[in-house]
Amino acid sequence: MEPGRTYHRKDWMRILARAKISDIATLLQKLPPLPTDELLRPAETGTVMVEGRAGGSGARFNLGEATVTRCVVRIGDHLGFSYALGRDREQARLAAKLDALLQDESRREELLGVVVAPLACAQEEARTLASRKAAATKVDFFTLVRGEE
Amino acid sequence: MYLAVKGGEAAIAATHQLLAETRRGDLTVPEVTVAQIKEQMALLVARVMNEGALYDEDLAALALKQAQGDVIEAAFLLRAYRTTLPRLGSSEPLDTTVMAIRRRISATFKDLPGGQVLGSTYDYTHRLFDFALTGSDNETEAVAAPEALDDVMPRVLDILGDEGLIEREAPLGRDATPEDITRDATTFPAGRAARLQSLSRGDEGFLLGLAYSVQRGYGHNHPFAGEIRVGEIRVCLTPEELGFDIDIGDITITECQMITQFTGSKEVPPQFTRGYGLVFGHNERKAMSMAVVDRALKGTELGETPTYPAQQQEFVLYHCDNVEAAGFLEHLKLPHYVDFQGELELVRRMRTEQSASTKVETP
Repeated sequence: MEPGRTYHRKDWMRILARAKISDIATLLQKLPPLPTDELLRPAETGTVMVEGRAGGSGARFNLGEATVTRCVVRIGDHLGFSYALGRDREQARLAAKLDALLQDESRREELLGVVVAPLACAQEEARTLASRKAAATKVDFFTLVRGEE
Repeated sequence: MYLAVKGGEAAIAATHQLLAETRRGDLTVPEVTVAQIKEQMALLVARVMNEGALYDEDLAALALKQAQGDVIEAAFLLRAYRTTLPRLGSSEPLDTTVMAIRRRISATFKDLPGGQVLGSTYDYTHRLFDFALTGSDNETEAVAAPEALDDVMPRVLDILGDEGLIEREAPLGRDATPEDITRDATTFPAGRAARLQSLSRGDEGFLLGLAYSVQRGYGHNHPFAGEIRVGEIRVCLTPEELGFDIDIGDITITECQMITQFTGSKEVPPQFTRGYGLVFGHNERKAMSMAVVDRALKGTELGETPTYPAQQQEFVLYHCDNVEAAGFLEHLKLPHYVDFQGELELVRRMRTEQSASTKVETP
């Protein structure tokens, strides 16, 4: 984990929501098997209505829906939630389980270091690379003077 | 009117099989995968997600495969699937100033904070065939600049806004939940929210035609592309059981801000007005068309008399939905035997009556 970087619950939820199940599973291989969870709300796929604003900053309007999958589990005293775009129910279950475990202070450091931080790092790298590729197409237009003798 | 008819079960079962065989095409050619469609036909996938009004790239790609590339049929599949899903909530309104920019241009200001970013576009291609693409060895790694783009990109139109030269776009009153055309039928005059929602799911071709009509003079306005931006934007949601907002992933969107001159009125000094387009995926033509038509539909609010098709709310909003339009048009293929028999009888009777009266008049 990067020194000095702290992760709040919203941070790990955001990072887990974007992580592929295969990537999470690969990282989890470095740890002993996770404890079993109690399924409070089985993974369910529905939609979220995505809102925009007229002109970007004006009145709200409904742009259209997106598929979203959520899941709620309990491990010990902690309720784990996950909400992620898409329809991967197994991913939702695993993310909810990790959210419950990450709330447990005795497990948090290890899970942040082994799972969350590497996922965050990979997501950040992908985002930066895509942005650098876009930046390579930045252009300076200059105006030519026309029609002068 | 059409009546239910019985029979034809065996023929229908056989047509399903024939459809499946036809869809697969020549068996010596490898079958296309849903992942290939999603990755390599991304602009088509975006169109299906918009017209299907559901963001899910995998499902849109599957719909295209199932529909043999028929966009409206694919959009219909998405719409039908959507009706089977519970609505889990509404997102926070998207904040397009903090998206991960892939492309961002302005045709009105050449120097803008954050810069002009051409991104991935066909605008500067020569429209000559690239026959290398008939092969399968087409891997290219794009160049990357040393530095990433800024995290926050201000809206170009805010530059004019700061001077008061363009109409303001501010949240309405208490920033209430917008009306939803999937739950309540549109009534006229329709509010901006219902109009924008209809346009964002509207048929690209229909909206392009309307926008073109406006440009050619059937709409009294000459638009400038103030800004077009494409990129990934986070979707945030506040689940009731959590009580705080969470970021649930990114979607790709295209936003277009059109600027149109307005001469002003007794109440309003001369200023520019806006048209807004926002769509799923990378789809600039659709976003631009939407923005031009949005501005045309605002005419009444700006004191303009709606004269042309693009300015008439009922005409535009009732006819831009291609799933509804296709359903009504294509229902003509269903049996209308009884209807037609009635018409046939009527025409025969009228002819008999006419020939009888002609005989009387010319003895």
